[in-house]
Parts: sequence; structure tokens; C-alpha cells
Amino acid sequence: MISHRIITVFALAASLSATAMQTAAAEDAPPRQKWSFSGLFGIYDPAQLQRGFQIYREVCSTCHSIKLLAFRNLADPGGPAFTEAQATAVASSYQVTDGPNDQGQMFQRPGTLADHFPPPFPNDQAARAALGGKLPPDMSVLAKARGYEWGFPRFVFDAFTLYQEDGPDYIHALLNGYTDPPAGFALAPGTQYNKYFPTGAIGMPKPLTDGQVQYTDGTPTTVDQYGRDVAAFLMWAAEPTLDARKRLGFQVMIFLIVLTGLLYFTKKKVWHDVHHPELTGSQPQA
Amino acid sequence: MSGHSTYQPQSPFMQWMERRLPIVSLVYSSFVAYPTPRNLNYWWTFGGILAFMLGVQIVTGIVLAMHYTPHVDFAFNSVESIMRDVNYGWLLRYMHANGAAFFFVAVYAHIARGMYYGSYKEPREVLWILGVILFLLMVATGFMGYVLPWGQMSFWAATVITNLFSALPGVGEPIVTWLWGGFAVGNPTLNRFYSLHYLLPFVIAGVVVLHIWALHMVGQNNPTGVEPKTEKDTLVFTPYATVKDAFFVGVFCIFFALFVFYIPNYLGHSDNYIMANPGQTPTHIVPEWYYLPFYAILRAIPSKLLGVSALAGSIIILAFLPWLDTSRVRSANYRPQYRQFLLIFFAAVIGLGYLGSQEPSGGYVIAARILTVYYFGFFLVILPLLGLFEKTKPLPNSISEAVLAAPPSGAKASGAKA
Repeated sequence: MISHRIITVFALAASLSATAMQTAAAEDAPPRQKWSFSGLFGIYDPAQLQRGFQIYREVCSTCHSIKLLAFRNLADPGGPAFTEAQATAVASSYQVTDGPNDQGQMFQRPGTLADHFPPPFPNDQAARAALGGKLPPDMSVLAKARGYEWGFPRFVFDAFTLYQEDGPDYIHALLNGYTDPPAGFALAPGTQYNKYFPTGAIGMPKPLTDGQVQYTDGTPTTVDQYGRDVAAFLMWAAEPTLDARKRLGFQVMIFLIVLTGLLYFTKKKVWHDVHHPELTGSQPQA
Repeated sequence: MSGHSTYQPQSPFMQWMERRLPIVSLVYSSFVAYPTPRNLNYWWTFGGILAFMLGVQIVTGIVLAMHYTPHVDFAFNSVESIMRDVNYGWLLRYMHANGAAFFFVAVYAHIARGMYYGSYKEPREVLWILGVILFLLMVATGFMGYVLPWGQMSFWAATVITNLFSALPGVGEPIVTWLWGGFAVGNPTLNRFYSLHYLLPFVIAGVVVLHIWALHMVGQNNPTGVEPKTEKDTLVFTPYATVKDAFFVGVFCIFFALFVFYIPNYLGHSDNYIMANPGQTPTHIVPEWYYLPFYAILRAIPSKLLGVSALAGSIIILAFLPWLDTSRVRSANYRPQYRQFLLIFFAAVIGLGYLGSQEPSGGYVIAARILTVYYFGFFLVILPLLGLFEKTKPLPNSISEAVLAAPPSGAKASGAKA
């Protein structure tokens, strides 16, 4: 009887909600990809991060800053596994603004490992002025700042499958989502249609075409592959401690499971006489 | 704190100490010799879990505060710097953020247990009201903590929630300006939220002491709702309750660690990784999941003032529960109708939580209104009347009678032997 009443309440709520369901997200759901860093033991693939970095450097960095990332991070464990010499070489290829010096002047110098990636524009207004009024978002935590609301019941399953990759899925989908607008879609001037962008009209022109970036390791040079690689790189930029987190997490889980198991048997032993008074003939009491 | 201490200091130093500050015997009588009903189930371990989580939040929070910068220009990046450059900063921050969520998981389980077994009834009214105050303090602390990372959701949640006070007629606008320390949510708001977010956990700790004090005056309720009558009905706190609590803290920590290490951003909103931007409203402002039922109640009511009143009332009404429930029987195990209405109430709260996460339009609003009516109807109509009409099941004479009547685990085996 009780379950019937609860079901009635939920059925009522659900049926009333059904009309509202139709107003759910207009954009397409980004297809889920296989990521080396998903799941219980997933970690970053350094080769993929290096390819992703190459795409960021050759394509994205023209407009997008990545201010929170430092050159030293390129050689950090759990990252793209550049050597310190390689990271230094990358750093010195950038000019960073420093100062003021003894004469009170700001000056340019080659970057060092301690510097952060300099932004492509001196400030947000300069970026807007150069790019038709639109500010490209900073890419430091972009992979965690994007996602997709899958709604019930998918979000429940995602807790069990430990799925945390909606951000990279979205980035990959967006880069592959430039299509012709559907009939009747009014595209504002200066925008392109992208079926994964929330409003459908994105300011960024299609940034990647097949064969645009030359890989040296024989990986296919397709937009699909570029999207995957740069999304992985951006996930690492947003969450550079993922490898360390999962490694420590596994140790902590083993420890907690053993500890809790021991506590369970201790509890059983301590409570044995309470549950089985017939064995001792007396009951413990306060 | 209550009952006679059986602690007898042995060493001369401890005897000397005992005559001057009997702190050891206080701890002994409160956490060792303290009698607990022998039939407590695992729902009673959430009190210990809450104390543990408060400790986790305070310890991680104090270390995070050493690295955090409460300024609108630096707060977001200082949190990111904790994640990237502070040793184990990612661990501290993910523990603190998910710790808040698990704190609320535990407090909801704790409140639900109190409601199911009638733990609020005479003589535990003050104990219960202190609990409601603790919950209110937790809500305030959690809200202000959510603002500190200064992401888009932080900023807009702060704007929406502080704006609720503007619904008050006449004094509303001045109060909001006073809360903000300006004419919009800004740096003064962030600074005071940080200050209060650091203060309130210690207020919570103080009220927890009162809560435990009141608990030890009246003793714990138990699944039968029948007070312990003889020493046979109780067990000493240590080792029985201690080891049981420790075991369940371990189980709780396994789930906590699963979130911290594997899905640390599952409970958060991706928009909060975008730095606060007063010029751009997110398409969909949602609070943290643990406030969603109350958020749904707020939005279910078209009038702003009534909505805000309902939001505040939905929590404050809990404080009146001891007097709204007219039944003399505590435990829902002996109140068949109450049990049904209560389980529907729990389902309604979960339903409201889901509706709070959705756009307030069409069928969702109507569903939220139905569930809101049930929420308040449960307290204001069902509970007062049910006590007068309900036919309850016969209560056991004592806890030990109830325990011995129910076949314990492994009873089949011993029965076969006999």
C-alpha cells in the first residue's frame, strides 16, 4: 500500500513534468568518447598530451589564453612528459612582459620555466577589439567549465561508472560540430552554426581542418583526432593532478576497505555476547 | 555529563588532577561508561559520523584558509593555485568541497532517523531544537563556503540568495544593501562571507557541545521508542557504541573517498569553473544539491514574499515538530499510518530536490506545488490529526523484551541445535 502511494505521487509528478521535458536543451548531446584518463585507473597518455599541446600552440593560442598554465608544468610528472630542456626551449620561444626595470620601463624577455603562458592579447578589451567583439574564453580550466546536463537517470549511472569526461567530450564534439544550419535557423552575422554549441550560433570560425597540423608520430591528421588530442590536453591543463589523485586514491581505498573490514570483525567480536547470550549465560550491560 | 561517574583515578597525579579539574572523569562518564540502549541500529551512527565530518571540514578548511585570497580579483585564481601549486592542495580542496556534501548526506540521514523514530518527543525537545539550529548553521556555512571560489555559480547564488531578503516589505532593500556592503554583490560581500565562513564552524562546534550535553541529560532514543528501564536495556558506550560507530565511519569514508578521488566534480556545477562575471547571467542558476528541495519550495510559489516565507518556514517548522506531532508513541515501527505518511514525506522531499534542479516551467512548477503542499500539510495537518485518530501497535514492555522477542541473527542455527 505504502509503495503504491509513493508510486502515485511520483507518477503524478513525472506526468506533470513530461510537458516541461520538451523544453530541454536545444543543442545536441556530445557523443561520448573513449579517454585514456577515464575510469578507476585511467591516466593521461603523454604522447596524446604532446599532440594536444602542439594543436593548442599552433592553432588555439592565436586567440585563446591559458594563463594558469606555467611552462614548468610541461615537465611535471603526470603531464605531457616533456624533458626540462624541452620545456625550457618552449618557454624561451615565447616573449613575456617583465618589469618595471631600473629605468621604470616594462620590457620583453624570453620566457623561463617559472613563467606562465603569456596571453595572445594584452587584455580582454584588446581581444574583443581584434575578434569582432567576442572574447575567446581562457583555456586553463575550460575542460572542467564545460559539460552537458544528461538529466535523470543518466546522472545516477555516471556516479557508478565514475564518468567525469563530459568536458572533453563537449570540446571534441564542438570541434567536429560545424555543419550547415537546419532550415529556418536564423544565423546572426559573424557567427557559425555548431550543433553542439548551446545557442547553435558560435562566434569561433571552424578552427581545424583535416591535415592542418602535421603530427610527427604517424597519428592520423583528422579533425576527429585533433579534437580528441586537444581535448585531452585541455583536460590535463584543467586537472594536472589527476594521475596523482588516482594513484593516491587507489591506496586510500585499499587502506579504507581493509580498515573497515577489520573494524567490522572487531565489532562482531565485541558484540558477540550481546547477540548470543545463550553461549555465555550472561548478558553484558551498562 | 549525566549519571554517576564510575571513574576512579589510580595514580596520585590523576587523583590530584581529579580534585582540581575532573575532565578525565567527564570524558569517562560521557564516552566510556555512558549507557546506550542496546537495540540501536546503524542509523544511530550518523551522529558520530557528523562529528567526524565537522572535524574533517575544520581541519581541511583551516589549511585551505592559509592559501586562499578573499578578493574578487584573486579568489578564483587562488583556488586554482591551491589545486595546482600547493602540496596536496587538490586533496584538501576536493575533501572540503565533497566533505560539505557528505556532511549534508549525514545530517539528512540523522534528521530522517530522528523523524522516523520520534526522537524529538518529550523529553528530547531541546535536544531536537538544538539540532534544528545546527542544521540552520550548516545551511548558512555551506552557502557562504560555496561563494568563496568566486565562480559563476558562486556569484549568482550569492546574488539570488541575498536578494531573497529584498522580499521583506519596507526594510527589504536596506537589509540587502547592508548584507552586500554595497549596491551589488562585490568585494565586501566576499570578505564578510569568508569571515563568517571561518567563524560559523566554531559556533557549530559550540552548539554540538550543547547538543551532546542535552543528549546525555535525556539519553538516547531507540528503535522501540521505549525508554530504557533497567541496566539490562543498556550497554556501556565503550566499547559497544564506539566500535559500531567506528565501523560505520569507515563505511562512510569509503564512499566519501570514492567521490574525492574519482568523481570530485560530480556534485559540483561546471559553471563554477568560470570566473564570476557580474555582466553575464548563467542560463540556469542552481544551488548545491543539498539545498534543492528548499529551492523548489521557493520557486513553487508565485509571490516572492510568500515564497521566501515558505523557504524559511520549511526549515523552521522542524523546530515545532515536538508539538505538532500529537501522538504519544515515538517510533514509526509502532505507528503504521505515520510510517506511511512519513515515507511519502521523504519521497516528496527527494522529488522536490529533483524539481529544484529543473527549469521552473510548466509541469515542473505544478508538481513542485503539489509536493510543497504535501510538505507543509504533513507537518500542519497530518501530524496533529494523526496522533488523535491513529491506532498504534502495542509497545513492548522494555527494550530487552523487544530484543529477545525478535529473532537475532543466527537464531535459526541455535534454534536447530535446541
